Amino acid sequence: MKNNILVIGGGAAGLEAAANLERLGYNIILIERDKQLGGHLAKWDRLFPDGLPAQEVLDSLLDNISNVKCFTETDIQAINILDKSFNAILSNGITVLADAVLMASGFDIFPAAKKEEYGYGIYENVITNQDLEQMFKQQQSISPIPRAIGFVHCVGSRDEKAGNPACSKVCCATAVKQACEVKELYPDADVYCFYMDLRMFGRRYEDLYLKAQKSGVRFIRGRVSEVAQTADNRLLVKAEDTLSSKPVRVNLDMLVLMAGMRPSEAGHKVGIQLNLTTEDDGFFSAKDGMLSLQKSKLPGLFYAGACTGAKTLPDTLHEARSAAMEIDRYIKENFIKK
Amino acid sequence: MIDFGFGISPSSGINLNNSDKDTFSKLAKMEPNVLKCMACGSCTATCTAGDFKTTSLRTAILNLQNGLKDEALEILSGCMLCGKCTMVCPRGINTRHLILSINKIYGK
Ligand code: SF4
Ligand code: SF4
Repeated sequence: MKNNILVIGGGAAGLEAAANLERLGYNIILIERDKQLGGHLAKWDRLFPDGLPAQEVLDSLLDNISNVKCFTETDIQAINILDKSFNAILSNGITVLADAVLMASGFDIFPAAKKEEYGYGIYENVITNQDLEQMFKQQQSISPIPRAIGFVHCVGSRDEKAGNPACSKVCCATAVKQACEVKELYPDADVYCFYMDLRMFGRRYEDLYLKAQKSGVRFIRGRVSEVAQTADNRLLVKAEDTLSSKPVRVNLDMLVLMAGMRPSEAGHKVGIQLNLTTEDDGFFSAKDGMLSLQKSKLPGLFYAGACTGAKTLPDTLHEARSAAMEIDRYIKENFIKK
Repeated sequence: MIDFGFGISPSSGINLNNSDKDTFSKLAKMEPNVLKCMACGSCTATCTAGDFKTTSLRTAILNLQNGLKDEALEILSGCMLCGKCTMVCPRGINTRHLILSINKIYGK
């Protein structure tokens, strides 16, 4: 008999882990809260650093899960431990008995309206990184043709007052990628990135930065302090150009906020039922931060992806694969008699 | 004019709405590498003239991007064109040539 494994979350981490576990011969039940699988990947247009279409990546992930039992629009209603296994009651009425559980609940995007000074939800030309991806995806153009567009890095990240002192890792590269895309669409527009540090740590990310510079994107080192509307419905943006120690102001037609990553609320609810511990940043804490990143302190419960902190997509996929290995080992050691 | 006993000093802030972007585009056309500066400060740190008079290519580039032409020329005025900064620029900018071009385009 195949052992049941419950995967919580149908984003990149959940899909990749499910595909690998299926290949290892397990019976996978994957649950996803949304109507569609894919998580944030399904909402994105193109991926840094090379501009690969997100849909292409998602399609490849979906191709590999043909035998996985997926329940979309499904939540965990209750979950507890029975003997060595997990007993989960799903919102669709089905009960699952699983020998291992993978938490792949990912992240929520920081609610940008909380940073009121940026005017998200107040001025319609203040949007988020995710909104811009949606516009790209739907090939929706910005009208009238913008003369100037700005990107604000670290919105809801590196910000204790917003409840998140950590860096969200992906938004610098996202901002620079989006700045390049905007510049390609509107070559005559002035494009500004307001940053504190540029964290272009990955392979070819620095090339992306150089590409943005060469295309004329202006990088201003300083955090935007406030945004106001002008009489002609544009945005007045204030920051300090900290490299010259002078306040700087500029009028823009659109401002894109790089909203960071917060722990998934839905994942948190499941975590509470299982007494999973979180770190100060709200993300789940792994068994140890170096050698057992995929394990939790609860035997049989594993983690993959951004539920343990902000991660890039390739890192998430790596974690999904290594979680599959860890789960395989756990099942063999605990359930399969030699 | 009535003397009210106080004056109005010009804003020390940078207003990018009326900054001169056209001349900077002209410079960028002639010296595309100017766009590659990442404000590391190596050029300023190594500048021989800088020991005697504040001289900074990094600041000059920034000033030009901010439309502050006079400040840019002033902070390059001590440059003796020794070219030492060219050796240290990690972006491979021919900084000496860039300074000549800045003076050509913006100079009086
Ligand atoms: S990746 Fe960049 S924009 Fe995102 S939180 Fe870190 S420093 Fe800020
Ligand atoms: S050394 Fe080069 S990159 Fe660094 S500040 Fe000077 S010109 Fe810019």
